[in-house]
Amino acid sequence: MNRKFTGDNVFKILAAVIAASAVVILIVTAYTLVSGSVPVLQRFGLGFFAGTQWNPVEGREIFGALPYVLGTLVTSGIALLIGVPLSIGIAVFLVEMAPKALRVPIAYLVELLAAVPSVIYGLWGLFVFRFWIQNYIEIPVSNSLGWLPIFSGTPFGLDVLTAGIILAIMIIPTVASISKEVIGAVPNSIREGAYSIGATKWEVIRHWVLSYGRSGIFGAVILGLGRAVGETMAVTMVIGNTIGPAAIPTSLFKPSQTMSSLIANGFLESTASLEKSAYIGVGLFLLLLSLIINIAAHVMVTRVLKVKGGAVE
Amino acid sequence: MNSKENTEKSYTEQMRPDVKMQSIGLNAWFGQKQALKDINLTVKANAVTAIIGPSGCGKSTFIRTLNRMHELVPTAKMSGQVLLDGKDIYADEVDPVQIRRRVGMVFQKPNPFPTMSIYDNVAAGLKLTGAKKGKNLDEVVKRSLEQATLWEEVKDDLKKPGTSISGGQQQRLCIARAIALQPEVILMDEPCSALDPIATAKIEELIVNLKNDYTVVIVTHSMQQAARVSDFTAFMYLGQLVEFGETSGVFENPKNELTEKYITGKFG
Ligand SMILES: Nc1ncnc2c1ncn2[C@@H]1O[C@H](COP(=O)(O)OP(=O)(O)O)[C@@H](O)[C@H]1O
Ligand SMILES: [Mg+2]
Repeated sequence: MNRKFTGDNVFKILAAVIAASAVVILIVTAYTLVSGSVPVLQRFGLGFFAGTQWNPVEGREIFGALPYVLGTLVTSGIALLIGVPLSIGIAVFLVEMAPKALRVPIAYLVELLAAVPSVIYGLWGLFVFRFWIQNYIEIPVSNSLGWLPIFSGTPFGLDVLTAGIILAIMIIPTVASISKEVIGAVPNSIREGAYSIGATKWEVIRHWVLSYGRSGIFGAVILGLGRAVGETMAVTMVIGNTIGPAAIPTSLFKPSQTMSSLIANGFLESTASLEKSAYIGVGLFLLLLSLIINIAAHVMVTRVLKVKGGAVE
Repeated sequence: MNSKENTEKSYTEQMRPDVKMQSIGLNAWFGQKQALKDINLTVKANAVTAIIGPSGCGKSTFIRTLNRMHELVPTAKMSGQVLLDGKDIYADEVDPVQIRRRVGMVFQKPNPFPTMSIYDNVAAGLKLTGAKKGKNLDEVVKRSLEQATLWEEVKDDLKKPGTSISGGQQQRLCIARAIALQPEVILMDEPCSALDPIATAKIEELIVNLKNDYTVVIVTHSMQQAARVSDFTAFMYLGQLVEFGETSGVFENPKNELTEKYITGKFG
């Protein structure tokens, strides 16, 4: 071969190597998780996914991941329920309402929330926020509505609700700042068209701006979900960390456990190889869930770009 | 304090039922920059009034004060009066939303709503007022599309996105969208500037027909277009109204030297 080794080619090869290494890392990680979880999957099969017991005592080992899968889904769900409306509200306020002078500083503050290390959220949740939740929400609600299953249990402040709210706060910067970009990218000609047929500001936002930006905002929500699902430290510090059937999140006011907090709490102390394999198996579920979420986000974001392309026509 | 004045004006206007809109001492600003200076202009009912003038002279700003779209620009200010059927649309008790329903608008670049079907583009304004899906709404949509001479071309594609049709069709869709609300006045801001000659000819023909039912104010960059479609022509320059009169008079016998220069293509 007589090819010249120009700068262009060097760059191309470099870029290919870097891109390939990302794929390689993902494959290696997935392989490690799969091979590491073979023992536990062989031993318990589907029971590892559907079971609720978790007992590492030798001779009586049993591992079931369901409570922690549910714990992750429920806390992340609460985070979305609370965090998404707030984030969209912030984004709408920043783009559509805030005076110019407020826009930049508020947007900056929101993005700053993302820079706070998660262990700080955990500390604050553990020492401050938990008592607010306990005293101002859980105790009053428990006294009046404690007979409802989702409010049952002794309100202690270290539970599913607190974890969900802390996660909500943690996803706000992601969801709000992407939504802000999405809403800001809605062409003004659409707003003007809506105003010209007698829409009020509120109607313009609701029926036109949010509708035009819906797939982008959905993408933002999915990214927020990804963050909530993977978040470990802060959740571990406030969720109460129960094990086994007690970790099934049946009530907002009961402690639970997520996949990531389970791994963080137990992995280093695990001794037996089957127990290690169980933690790795939970990690595999977590990776799968994150991958699904990210692929969904990718699909949504691509769709946004298409909508925009269509609007330019 | 203005009410007496207004009553007097309404009375004056009642004596001239052919006047649909009128601006009185109208000034407009963007921040510190004054875009309109003391514009006094009457818009005759059931006629086409064309606004011509070089780029940046304030044509868009002027027609946007006629349906209170001007105030949507954050830095925008205005003073003076704009009368619609003799009543000031800027009076305190007037809701801009109601004005925009009575005075519809078509924009320079066709801007159908991309997230809505052709049908919903036309129905959107009525749905805001609570119109429900059904025969009545179907009828209004059909009639509006017919009036905009678009019905035959899209009647089988009503569910397709409003942006799926050609530029000229999109602009007629925007006209149908405005018509659906049964406005009294339709404002058009250079509605053909983004269109090819064939699409332009269609819209010009449409404009001439529209004046049977509506009062039309059209901003245009093209003097030929003004001559073809309008009954009255206003020539603006640097934010001021330089000349106004019947179109034939303005083009054949301009009174102002600037007008003459502009229509003979010496500047602009
Ligand atoms: N949104 C805006 N902000 C600031 N200045 C503007 C804005 N829109 C128009 N202007 C200014 O006002 C003047 C009149 O503009 P416009 O009415 O758009 O002119 P025309 O439609 O005749 O081309 C121009 O000098 C323009 O720069
Ligand atoms: Mg203009």
